[in-house]
Amino acid sequence: MSTIDVLEQPAGVAERRSRLAGVLGLSREAKIGVVILAVLFLAGLLAPWIAPYGQNQLNFTDIYAPPSWAHLMGTDGAGRDVFSRTLFALRLDLAIVLLVTYPPLVLGVFVGAVAGYFGGIYDATLARIVDVTIAMPFMVLVIAVIAIVGPGVKGILIGVPLVAWALYARLARSEMLVLREQPFMLATVALGYSTPRTILRHAVPNLMRSSLIYSTLDMVANLLLLSGLAYLGLGAQPPNAELGSIIADGQSAMLTAWWVSTLPGLVVVLFGVGALLLGDGLSDGKLRGALQ
Amino acid sequence: MLSYLIRRLALAVVVLFGLLVATFFIIHLVPGDPVRIVLAGRASPATIARVRHQLGLDRPLWTQFWLYLSHTLRGNFGTSFTLDSPVAQIIGQRLGVSAALIAYGMLLSILIGVPLAIIAALRPNTWLDNSIRLGTTLTFALPGFWLGLMLALIFGLKLGWFPVAGYSGGIVGILQTLTLPALALGLGLAGVVVRTLRSSMLEVLQSEHIEATRSRGMSELRIVGRHALRLSVMATATILSINIGFLIGGTVVLEQVFQLPGLGSLLVEAVEKRDYQLVQALTLLAGAAVVLASLATDVVQAFLDPRVRLSGR
Repeated sequence: MSTIDVLEQPAGVAERRSRLAGVLGLSREAKIGVVILAVLFLAGLLAPWIAPYGQNQLNFTDIYAPPSWAHLMGTDGAGRDVFSRTLFALRLDLAIVLLVTYPPLVLGVFVGAVAGYFGGIYDATLARIVDVTIAMPFMVLVIAVIAIVGPGVKGILIGVPLVAWALYARLARSEMLVLREQPFMLATVALGYSTPRTILRHAVPNLMRSSLIYSTLDMVANLLLLSGLAYLGLGAQPPNAELGSIIADGQSAMLTAWWVSTLPGLVVVLFGVGALLLGDGLSDGKLRGALQ
Repeated sequence: MLSYLIRRLALAVVVLFGLLVATFFIIHLVPGDPVRIVLAGRASPATIARVRHQLGLDRPLWTQFWLYLSHTLRGNFGTSFTLDSPVAQIIGQRLGVSAALIAYGMLLSILIGVPLAIIAALRPNTWLDNSIRLGTTLTFALPGFWLGLMLALIFGLKLGWFPVAGYSGGIVGILQTLTLPALALGLGLAGVVVRTLRSSMLEVLQSEHIEATRSRGMSELRIVGRHALRLSVMATATILSINIGFLIGGTVVLEQVFQLPGLGSLLVEAVEKRDYQLVQALTLLAGAAVVLASLATDVVQAFLDPRVRLSGR
């Protein structure tokens, strides 16, 4: 897939490019995924500057206006521009998704690597903790945390990482079990490298790849969870909008104003398709089983 | 066999104990005094003290945990703060709806997923396989509640085939009120079924013993009927049990979408009213359901497939 691109480059560059290609993936599927994600992340990042209206700008003379050039996604029951609200919601949701996906990834890979490297009692203990953590239905656990700390983003920022690290730990641990038997890992012992150096500099970079690929699926799962919670009214509280809460707002008027619930939902789907294409392209579909 | 079962059972007990510990702390992690928060402004200090005593919150933590453990194991989940009746009784009244929804959703995911997986595995890398794969990618990305809303909009509001809210029992009632939510729940899972089953079926169809059967002149149809389907029963059972947590999470939101009186909507109500006792019991129940489902699948598999019990996990 990427060989032709690489061959056209001068030697030194080609090597660097192919390493980059290994990380970024250059299959057509993955490229489409990157473009979709880039557009959505940019849209969220630039929301305050590109949104045509304020996210809570009311206009009672123009309620439930269908999509038009003035209102790309129509307006809702308070005359608010759904497109602008969606952009701001996307900004908030994507920021939360990044926050609940990547810090747990780092923690999980580290914990899994250490447990896998030392084995024995550390490994057994971690395996049990991971079992308990994963046994909780994710949604229910996050809702339980929200019950404790109250509705809002805080509950999500605490609840999701509480579980999310465990999958990465399991992934990194099982790879570490294979990795630590590799000749180059044995060589680090022979060379007298310290254990932290062995784990952090020589093992972890090798464990990162599959976790990073898995994280594309995790982002989708987290965005779906997030919008589900916002739909239930347990996410960001008004006046802040989340994609799920915009969808919930539109539910009562679905027959007369289908656009309020439908279009923000399509944005969620678009993000999911983008991330899954990227993940699929990176892994050649191999990691799909990890979603379960 | 016996040693495998004992080890597997011991693991389940450890995980269940972990769940008990985790859920025990739900009430204790609430910042401030949970009783005061719930009864704020509605109760005298004397009442608050009485409720605290009833809940055992005035005793040492160890005693509290011991009481929680022994009560829970005897099926006593305490009394709901807000509904003023035993938690076990409230849950019992609403369990049926959620169970029916999950079972119906699973059934639909099998009815949709298994045939598609077989078709995709028989014609790998053709346009048919590719479009099925594209379809499953899409179902992964669909928020279940949004899919539910869209189904309600099209088949409920526009076409008027199904009601969009409420629940009624009996086979006819379930078919009427649960078909749309079960479809929203089952479609997401059907994607997982297709993906997993397709790849394991491809593996079997390309294996040597199937090649041997082929060379003996057995028709492709019989090969699929005898080998692929047998495989798919086991694989699907595993997929469904692994995803029971996902299904439970899905019902929480879908029950809200279709206003079904199940455990999911009960959980959301409990959170809104800050009924910690109820949240605690529901969380425990959901976790236990996942643990028991995976235990049951592993045990059944050990009976059916000697490789499982001999692999010495």
